[in-house]
Amino acid sequence: MSSDLTSFVALAPAYPELLLAIGAIILLMMGVFSNEKTGNTMIVGVAIGLLAVTAVLVAIHPAEGVLFNGAFIQDGFARFMKVLVLTGSAFALVLSVSTASDHNLNKFEYPVLVILASLGMLMMISANDLISLYIGLELQSLSLYVIAAFKRDSGRATEAGLKYFVLGALSSGMLLYGASMVYGFTGQTQLDEIAKVISLGEPSLGLIVGLVFLLAGLAFKISAVPFHMWTPDVYEGVPTPVTAFFASAPKVAAMALFIRVVFDTFEPIAKDWQQIVIFVSIASMVLAAFAAIGQKKLKRLIAYSSIGHVGFALVGLSAGSQTGVEGVSIYMAIYLTMTIGLFACILALRTDQGYVEDISDLAGIAQTRPFIASGIAIIMFSLIGLPPLAGFFAKWEVFLAAVEAQLFVLAVIGVLASAISAFYYLRVVRTMFFDEPNHQFIKTPNELNVVIALTAALIVTYGLTVGGFLKDVAGIAAGSLF
Amino acid sequence: MIPVIPLGHFLTVAAILFTIGVFGIFLNRKNVIIILMSVELILLAVNINFVAFSAHLQDLAGQVFALMILTVAAAEAAIGLAILVVFFRNKGSIAVDDVNMMKG
Repeated sequence: MSSDLTSFVALAPAYPELLLAIGAIILLMMGVFSNEKTGNTMIVGVAIGLLAVTAVLVAIHPAEGVLFNGAFIQDGFARFMKVLVLTGSAFALVLSVSTASDHNLNKFEYPVLVILASLGMLMMISANDLISLYIGLELQSLSLYVIAAFKRDSGRATEAGLKYFVLGALSSGMLLYGASMVYGFTGQTQLDEIAKVISLGEPSLGLIVGLVFLLAGLAFKISAVPFHMWTPDVYEGVPTPVTAFFASAPKVAAMALFIRVVFDTFEPIAKDWQQIVIFVSIASMVLAAFAAIGQKKLKRLIAYSSIGHVGFALVGLSAGSQTGVEGVSIYMAIYLTMTIGLFACILALRTDQGYVEDISDLAGIAQTRPFIASGIAIIMFSLIGLPPLAGFFAKWEVFLAAVEAQLFVLAVIGVLASAISAFYYLRVVRTMFFDEPNHQFIKTPNELNVVIALTAALIVTYGLTVGGFLKDVAGIAAGSLF
Repeated sequence: MIPVIPLGHFLTVAAILFTIGVFGIFLNRKNVIIILMSVELILLAVNINFVAFSAHLQDLAGQVFALMILTVAAAEAAIGLAILVVFFRNKGSIAVDDVNMMKG
């Protein structure tokens, strides 16, 4: 295993990361030396462009391989997930363009932090060593802690930042403790080397303890039950454009890391981690379905909804098969689309007093703002999983994988949880269409309308347009892990 | 010759420190600084684990990992304290019981 760091060409698989890292530093310089008023908009624009260019680079640049003494891997799966993460981050920045000043996010550090967090996510996805895994995860987490508390004159945002920090640090500690046990009982830090050692003999107790701690730490990051407590508070407390970011890209990255760890490293002891994943999956789906029912705040509702969706995605993972990974990949792509669309709708609804917070604020918007109301309705039906919308295909793929793996009970519980969750999604739709309007909304910025139209169109026409293509690329991505 | 301390002793100390750290986060009702100290305790417990394993396995990777953890822990403490300062400016208190604006 050798990597020649003196040759720039040999670094080809890491070009996207290099581009983002250098870009972040240049943007920081631009921010320091530019005019505060005009500079900020320009930096957001450049940041979106940088993320988009990186996404295109990942998508079309075919260089794959293992670099840096095996610490970094670029393969089909990593490329698929990286494109998702970069798209999510770019759209989260697009959503913040015209809403930033209302949320005190109009400082040049915000886009730079988003880029640094995205860089951490790319490193997580490409991690092939426990050390690079940890460094990538921390680069992402530390940036996210700062972003959470970015609105520093707001009591709620700083409290959310504090909670996120404490629980995030605890989860990193658990992940590290797991990593230390895995290292100690296999003698390796590289993920594929660990897999080789594990496959040699019966797993020792210490290794299983390590596996449990490692998965617990990762479950925190994807906010799966029983490690979900931070999610509703953080989603509610941080400014809405930041919630849009938190709910999209970091989830995809953490899920990708989860998939790589269980399939690359712990593949030989699949029986052991499958039990954990099945438990976490059922707990997430069921708890989210019931806990969301009583929520009055829109963002808390979305937080529970996202916990539930992580549970559904884990259904595909617990199948432990290539179809399962393909299902999860498709699920995360569709989840990302729905999340971005939903937050675009929420940010588009602004009254003179501020943005909508309670579900009851949405009353009657079908009469006052029919375009946005139909956008939310489409996304809500898709989140429930009604055919022929995209959300149906997402759930179909993961449940199919579970049934193929003979996990009938899990699939049945999943479908039931999905049916229960329909209740709270439909309640939002009912509020929008059948209650009396109680707010006057001001004009929506154009880019939000474009995002809403785009995501709604993708969701409605999924089966006819992007569905086949997405299934093909997800198949290639999943294939590269096996 | 000095008798060698067996690996199990190191792991036990690390496990105890880790447990104290976790309990420090959840049982502590006083103030947030104690939570930050507990986080450090957890990370140091992990470091003991890594260094002990590294010596036991005659493999340097564990010590490299420990150095990385020390570095990141320093950055994490800096960010944690910064968040605590902005929180204190808004609330005028760092008691854990005052971290209560959002519930449900």
